[in-house]
Amino acid sequence: MTTFILYKTLLASFILILSLLVAMYSTLIERKVAGWFQDRLGPDRAGPWGLFQPLADGIKLFFKEEFMPNTADKFLYILGPSLTMFIACLTSAVIPWGPDLVINGKTYSMQMADINIGILYVFAIVSIGVYGIMIGGWASNNKYSLLGAVRASSQMISYELAMSLAIISIVMMTGSLSMREIVAQQQGFNWNIFYQPLAFLIFLICAFAETNRSPFDLPECETELVGGYHTEYSSMKLGFYLFSEYINMFISGAVMATLFFGGYHFPFIDKLNLSPNVFAAVSFMILFLKITFFGFIFMWVRWTLPRFRYDQLMRLGWKALLPLAILNILITGVVILINGSS
Amino acid sequence: MLLTNRSKVVSNKNLSLPERIYLPAIFGGMWITLGHLFRKKTTIRYPEVMREFSEIYRGQHVLKRDNEGRERCTACGLCAIACPAEAITMIAAERKKGEEKLFREEKYAVVYEINMLRCIFCGLCEEACPKEAIFLTKRMVQPEFTRDKFTYGKDILLEPPDRGQSVDISRRQTAAVIEFKKDKKFKHNQ
Repeated sequence: MTTFILYKTLLASFILILSLLVAMYSTLIERKVAGWFQDRLGPDRAGPWGLFQPLADGIKLFFKEEFMPNTADKFLYILGPSLTMFIACLTSAVIPWGPDLVINGKTYSMQMADINIGILYVFAIVSIGVYGIMIGGWASNNKYSLLGAVRASSQMISYELAMSLAIISIVMMTGSLSMREIVAQQQGFNWNIFYQPLAFLIFLICAFAETNRSPFDLPECETELVGGYHTEYSSMKLGFYLFSEYINMFISGAVMATLFFGGYHFPFIDKLNLSPNVFAAVSFMILFLKITFFGFIFMWVRWTLPRFRYDQLMRLGWKALLPLAILNILITGVVILINGSS
Repeated sequence: MLLTNRSKVVSNKNLSLPERIYLPAIFGGMWITLGHLFRKKTTIRYPEVMREFSEIYRGQHVLKRDNEGRERCTACGLCAIACPAEAITMIAAERKKGEEKLFREEKYAVVYEINMLRCIFCGLCEEACPKEAIFLTKRMVQPEFTRDKFTYGKDILLEPPDRGQSVDISRRQTAAVIEFKKDKKFKHNQ
């Protein structure tokens, strides 16, 4: 029992540190990628290839003046970014990071918690994420912040619907809400993306909206709202908001890889007859590569597309993605029915 | 009137289906940005790599000395008058006895200042100079933290008296340039 607790603690710390590290270096990679897309080099002065840039940015954020408007609600003002950061780190708990490890003859799961409603948990946590932004924007007592927060929450609520409905077709196919089960059914090259491309497309678009990334970055829309919900934030509180965006990116990449791209599975890897622990490590690396790929897609889209107008955003969410998701459920249901009866 | 052939007629027609679902346009845009990802970068890594300078680059000025190490400038003020940015100021003084080794003419500049923040490096001072005393060089004006440091006096502008350290201005004082200055308007040059 103690080894079990020790293992889980280690795994939790590992995943937490990993997601923080990934978020840290995403900021650098984002700027690098932005540079490359614009025929520039990106930051390359701090250390070799700019590798110390995130450290410099972090130190800068820590040493910035801690500013708080005197009309702000002090408690909520601090709660906002903390909540956002906290929520961003929570989702990783149900993602299966790899196949079982074998230590001293015992198997250990590389998933923090295999709860049988894994997907519901993800959605629950993601919807709490709205509160961090809403509270932060409201507590700042600034009209731009409030407008940004209102936009963010209505956007996230609208896109959550289409997102969940897109997932329902996956759940119908696998017949389980457990992430572990969903990954297990995508053994080899039997990935969900080949059966549910439409669901994936809807999910991808909604993921952009949920993480407040361009082209749906209306909540922080610089040209209209100064800085959106984090206008009044400075120092590391602002850092938390910006940081949680990258953690969310990482996690949504992980969720997409898990649900649609076979999680840690890759064809022919399981035929190599690797020892269980090496196999687990290789599988984890595969999952990580898939997440990196999605991270790149996030950045690629950001540096390609202009921002949506607010009415376009709402029309796309309610009048295009939601009906499409329902249609997808319908088609999936019919196909399952036909397959089941034959 | 058409200025270029690139103008497009804008219409208010309704979007077609592929346009309305955005995706073809989005993938098209992403294809374009992907192309840029592998393109040669235009950045010049400045301190390590310098942009190529023209042979006749107009940078920081130099006040020349003649072959015997005497200052050529006679403080006539023609450069200051020619200067469109009014960056040059000077105070003239008479050469005393015994200073013939220092100054070529009987009058010289005690103070000669160029405000490098005003200067537009046009080279008109050089063209106006009847004594071939001021030239622009390939050297760049160094950055400073305060504005007053940019007012360069004779201590910076004047070339060192040692002939070995004299600043090369041969590319800006070519035969063609000297010929041009021999124009009758510049008779005093000889």
